Amino acid sequence: MSSHGIKDRVAIVGMGCTRFGEHWDKGADELLVEAANEAFATAGVDKDGVDAYWVGTAQSGMSGMLLSKPLELTGKPVVRVENMCATGAEALRQAAYAVASGAYDTAMAIGVEKVKDSGYQGLNAAPIPNDGTPRTLTAAAMFSMIVPAYSHKYGVDQAEIKEVLARIASKNHANGALNPRAQFRKPMTVESLLAMPPVAGTLSVFDCAGVADGSAAAIVVRAEDAHRFTDRPLYVKALSSVAGNGQGLLDPDYDYTTFPEIVACAADAYRQAGITDPRRQLAMAEVHDCFTPTELVLMEDLGFAERGTAWKEVLAGAFDLHGDLPVNPDGGLKSFGHPVGASGLRMMFEAWLQLRGEAGERQVDTARGLALTHNLGGYPGEMVSFISVLGSALG
Amino acid sequence: MRGLIASGGYVPYRRLDRRTIAAVAGAGGGSGTRAVASYDEDTTTMAVEACRVALGAAQGVDPAALWFATTMPAYADRTNATAIHAALRLGSEVIAADAAGAVRSGVAALRAALLAPEPAIVATADLRTGLPGSADEATGGDGAAAVVVGDEADGAVVAEYLGGASATGEFLDRWRAPGELRSKLWEERFGEGRYSALGEEAWERAVKRTGVTDADVLVVVGTHARAAAALTKRLAGTGTTVADTLAASVGHTGAAHPLLSLTAALEAAHPGQVIALVSLADGADVFVFRTTAALADRRTARTVAAQIAAGGPIAYGKFLTWRGLLTVEPPRRPEPARVSASAAGRSVAWKFGFVGSRDAATGEVRMPPAVAGADPGAVLEPAPMAGVAGTVATYTVDRLAYSPSPPVMFAVVDFDGGGRLPVELTDADPDGVAIGMRVEPTFRRLSTADGIHNYFWKVRPLRG
Repeated sequence: MSSHGIKDRVAIVGMGCTRFGEHWDKGADELLVEAANEAFATAGVDKDGVDAYWVGTAQSGMSGMLLSKPLELTGKPVVRVENMCATGAEALRQAAYAVASGAYDTAMAIGVEKVKDSGYQGLNAAPIPNDGTPRTLTAAAMFSMIVPAYSHKYGVDQAEIKEVLARIASKNHANGALNPRAQFRKPMTVESLLAMPPVAGTLSVFDCAGVADGSAAAIVVRAEDAHRFTDRPLYVKALSSVAGNGQGLLDPDYDYTTFPEIVACAADAYRQAGITDPRRQLAMAEVHDCFTPTELVLMEDLGFAERGTAWKEVLAGAFDLHGDLPVNPDGGLKSFGHPVGASGLRMMFEAWLQLRGEAGERQVDTARGLALTHNLGGYPGEMVSFISVLGSALG
Repeated sequence: MRGLIASGGYVPYRRLDRRTIAAVAGAGGGSGTRAVASYDEDTTTMAVEACRVALGAAQGVDPAALWFATTMPAYADRTNATAIHAALRLGSEVIAADAAGAVRSGVAALRAALLAPEPAIVATADLRTGLPGSADEATGGDGAAAVVVGDEADGAVVAEYLGGASATGEFLDRWRAPGELRSKLWEERFGEGRYSALGEEAWERAVKRTGVTDADVLVVVGTHARAAAALTKRLAGTGTTVADTLAASVGHTGAAHPLLSLTAALEAAHPGQVIALVSLADGADVFVFRTTAALADRRTARTVAAQIAAGGPIAYGKFLTWRGLLTVEPPRRPEPARVSASAAGRSVAWKFGFVGSRDAATGEVRMPPAVAGADPGAVLEPAPMAGVAGTVATYTVDRLAYSPSPPVMFAVVDFDGGGRLPVELTDADPDGVAIGMRVEPTFRRLSTADGIHNYFWKVRPLRG
């Protein structure tokens, strides 16, 4: 496979992130301007100093004009990016590769989603005309199918697995409680989470990501230019993207306890970054906890735990804020909600804060110097995956 | 020799206990149960199920026509039989047409097929509705039945058609405006008198034509229960077995009831018996058959009796919501978009026929079918999956998704011999779903948007 990556050739030198939440008083325009301005300020550039823009949104707008109009950009290349829930991350990948190619000196990746104008709870994809045969389950129900499959395969009884999932939600809520940009800032005990009624399979509403509006942005330059913008840049170690082909929907060998797209994406990312033991080399990870069973399976697919053992590691606190490998130290999708176009960049924003020592009460030990962010879009059996590895030092 | 080559009945899974009606409606009900079509069934889908049983028994017979009769067509102005035709994967040279509107349409389609020179399948299905507490609500039933009609050259005839007769009269016994959920009834004694006279008139005519004066098995059905009972008494000879016309278990299934009752009678009959079917609906129609030695070879496991025995209960409140008589709060999710006519038109084999693809070299089954050309070396063959059972690999119950009857039950199904499909599960209770459960495909109406019915397949528990 000729996926060479761009290790240490591009750096993030500025970032911005709005508070995530129900922004009844802000539209996509206001959210974009707020995130962009914070990124400009941290990088010490203005909008004319950025040569090219990629704006990620799943369904809050069309084309680059989603950004060029509110930012009042003149004569700039601005392109809209969409890749389901990996949309924001993909904007960063596009911007970084454009800079690495030499086509531009400075580029911005920005993501936004205005979810709360739909009038419905949860995320609702815009319908594409079809023959009426694709299933119409909610994402919660699709991911809930992991629970009986995992519990069946590894012999973890239903009560125990429910506790594991509640433990994941409780951890992410505890982290989010420490984060002023999170949507939900209330700690939740395992006991209170276990008492919630099911809405999809055995999942309760509190096993699901929140639903929020938000925007986040990053400015990237060539690595050699990074110190002209900031003393503490984040170097891009790996950017990996894999689109599944839906094989899991067709193949009786797929057992709903793993996401093969993530496994392939992780192998590529670790190869690009030169990582051989992610559990011990990473200082932190931001992963796509759209639903609690997703985070459970991701711990194994990303190589943080052996197959069939993630549930034990979760109970042992391995992924807690000050555990062996902190996962979702910012509170995750659980606490932030999931404005689809913004989430990937919001995760990188936490890596930005943590690796620069700016995470305040949530600050974890970052001596290992590497952070991973991960997004997935789609459902078990058919998904896209994105992984970035970012580092605080070259080499 | 011309007659019936095979028959098949369909009784939907749910049963309403008539004793539960009066507590809510204040009146009505009675004893026994009535069959209830699921929220995802209509007369088209039930006809498909009956036809699959009949065609399954009549292996190798190629009908030249599909006649579909019902009082409750899913569509007006366009043909409903074309969806049945597609689900059965009949050839485009087979005409498919409706005889819709009145209960008598069912026997009329049977008569047309018996008197025509080509093999045909006659499908009848009905949903019987009435206002809460009404006699129609309690005594009606939902169901379907189909017969394959033809000459001995088309396939072994199990019941030779000896002849029949009709008597027609214009009088008002029951009537309904198109689209309404209730029929209105004239004073009972008036209809009883007219039906008695017409029934005897048709019977005498049939006796003259066939020479049969006493039937071994007598099947009298009618929308007027008293008239049917009275006529049964008059026509039954000393050696006649009066067939159970399913009033206590299924209810009167309208246009489907003559063929459903006849199917049940054939399933209980022996070779060499004369079976007379008498239907009272806006006149009287008599059909006289004699069963043949081939009857024993056409047995199906999916008999009417077996389906009646396999029913599961439904609460009266749920029954009312399914029939649109009690509107409950829907999930706060967007309703499904309407089906694209052109997209559906491209995928008729998959959407209606449940045909996947099979790689000729590897045997890999794909549902939906693989896109031709994606693997340039692959030779793709059709993989018909409608008759293939499967096993639940994992499952969920979705209380958030939009459904005409929440919650949505959903399973990942591995089909016997290859092929996997994540698909909706129906005719089951949420607590009864488990990994390893055996299921089979069933043709259903997923939803309706902008007046367009979205037909596709689900799976149901494999019973019996």
